[in-house]
Amino acid sequence: MKTTFLDFEQPIAELEGKIEQLRFVQDDSAVDISEEIARLEAKSQALTKELYAKLTPWQIAQVARHPQRPYTLDYVQHIFTGFEELHGDRAFADDKAIVGGLARFNGQSCVVIGHQKGRDTKEKIARNFGMPRPEGYRKAMRLMKLAEKFGLPVFTFVDTPGAYPGIGAEERGQSEAIGHNLYVMAELKVPLICTVIGEGGSGGALAIAVGDQTMMLQYSTYSVISPEGCASILWKSAEKASEAAETMGITAARLKSLGLIDKIINEPVGGAHRDHRAMAQSLKRALGEALRQVDSLSPAELIEQRLERLMGYGRFKEQQAA
Amino acid sequence: MSWLQKLLPPKIKRSETAARNKSIPEGLWSKCPSCEAVLYRSDLESNQSVCPKCGHHQRLRARTRLDLLLDAEGRFEIGAEVMPVDPLKFKDSRRYTERLSSAVADTGEADAMVVMQGAIQTVPVVVACFEFEFLGGSMGSVVGERFVRGARAALEQRLPFICITATGGARMQEGLFSLMQMAKTTAVITQLAQRKLPFITLLTDPTMGGVSASFAFMGDVVIAEPGALIGFAGPRVIEQTVREKLPEGFQRSEFLLEKGAIDMIVDRRELRERLADLLTLMCRQPSVKA
Repeated sequence: MKTTFLDFEQPIAELEGKIEQLRFVQDDSAVDISEEIARLEAKSQALTKELYAKLTPWQIAQVARHPQRPYTLDYVQHIFTGFEELHGDRAFADDKAIVGGLARFNGQSCVVIGHQKGRDTKEKIARNFGMPRPEGYRKAMRLMKLAEKFGLPVFTFVDTPGAYPGIGAEERGQSEAIGHNLYVMAELKVPLICTVIGEGGSGGALAIAVGDQTMMLQYSTYSVISPEGCASILWKSAEKASEAAETMGITAARLKSLGLIDKIINEPVGGAHRDHRAMAQSLKRALGEALRQVDSLSPAELIEQRLERLMGYGRFKEQQAA
Repeated sequence: MSWLQKLLPPKIKRSETAARNKSIPEGLWSKCPSCEAVLYRSDLESNQSVCPKCGHHQRLRARTRLDLLLDAEGRFEIGAEVMPVDPLKFKDSRRYTERLSSAVADTGEADAMVVMQGAIQTVPVVVACFEFEFLGGSMGSVVGERFVRGARAALEQRLPFICITATGGARMQEGLFSLMQMAKTTAVITQLAQRKLPFITLLTDPTMGGVSASFAFMGDVVIAEPGALIGFAGPRVIEQTVREKLPEGFQRSEFLLEKGAIDMIVDRRELRERLADLLTLMCRQPSVKA
């Protein structure tokens, strides 16, 4: 698969183009240019490393939305075995923007739930660009309850621009669906391990992200509103998205330093989309570690610890009002 | 401006207006935004800011609302000691700290929520009320923490907890801290449920975004005021996304009742009685009705 290059990756794209050309020439050339190709490849690798070492938050947001970034089902394929996808909310429909089901993690039964975006145009539309409607959240809740019933840990994977703002979604209670999930996750009697793998868009992300461990991939984002949305409200111009991204603090590094997430999972050089397999391997390790930290707790201890974490969110000062 | 005010020399005029709070509308008269009837301000106020002509429910300040709702005796505030900070050093066209100080100056409140313990027709309760005039009633760390302190007071004293919402959603200037308030506030409600303590929400105009999508619909009983705008996404965002005209009355209380999203719509003037009734029913206590 050919890598799609983002705007800020143009220098890499040019180099890669050159390498491609040389390879083409090499096939019917008498001169050996493999050394030159190797040199350029090393240069491209170094350049990628350099560029990715100093990405701005807005550039990271672009990487998090990269069309070739691994999605939930890619990780399911690489990390879990025996995945049995379960469908539907038993009330209205099966929302394909959220996938989930039973699976095995290192042989241990578990439940997997995640947002799912599409690869080609047709699938993108079917999955509504990863923007769930109420039935998606209700399916997720049903699977969480199933996990609780059989004492299985839940792994969730967050990757959504946000909950879908549509007429039908409102009519069927988008707010209630999200709120109800927050409620259920707060008192779920089994471990909940949440990982932001791409875009963590607002309430639509949080609706499957309240848990015992919150992790983020290195170039994923998590925010209360999209940078574009924030910019158009506060700056009155969506063009200011990069400034909004900067000031809102949407990156894994910033959120870790603010104490809002537990762990950052490093990505391969140049982002997860350049090596799905390697990314999945480090994610698998991190999931295993996260689960080990909470797996031995009794349900009562687990919920108490989770509640304490949730109550600790927020920054304020205390003083007697004047 | 009345003819009398026009005649007043500027000096008197200034001293008079300066004494008034900026966000309180001036003048003796007020126009109903719904039916455009011109009303005596004192008539409107004595009618709990409900238009006597068309029944339109105007927005209320948090303290006015609590004044109208709670019995006069024995009420006190909870969580006033919790004050905002600026964890992200947030700055758009203005600094967050500047926005906070002008909101304080305009409203006299320290943040967008006031929590009080008191009684409704002698039924003891804790009530958390959003202040919409303070940065659009947006929920940040202080709102979340005051809400939790109110809920904990209810837990400790085994009292029902009521939340009155009036909010645009999460407070963007506190970034992900605001998003996490959704999880925090909703989580504390699970504890009320475990102790079998009633939680009632009253959704007023407007109740949107992160507050709507957290505890707002988790009430044992969900009540709305007539004509309130209630929803997850704002109507403008939806219109831009789906590119079609929104149906008549979309996201209004009456629409939500029709769709099965809320339990009832209650006229503000009957609210005390209805709440006292609901609470005594849920707590298996005798009715307080005379």
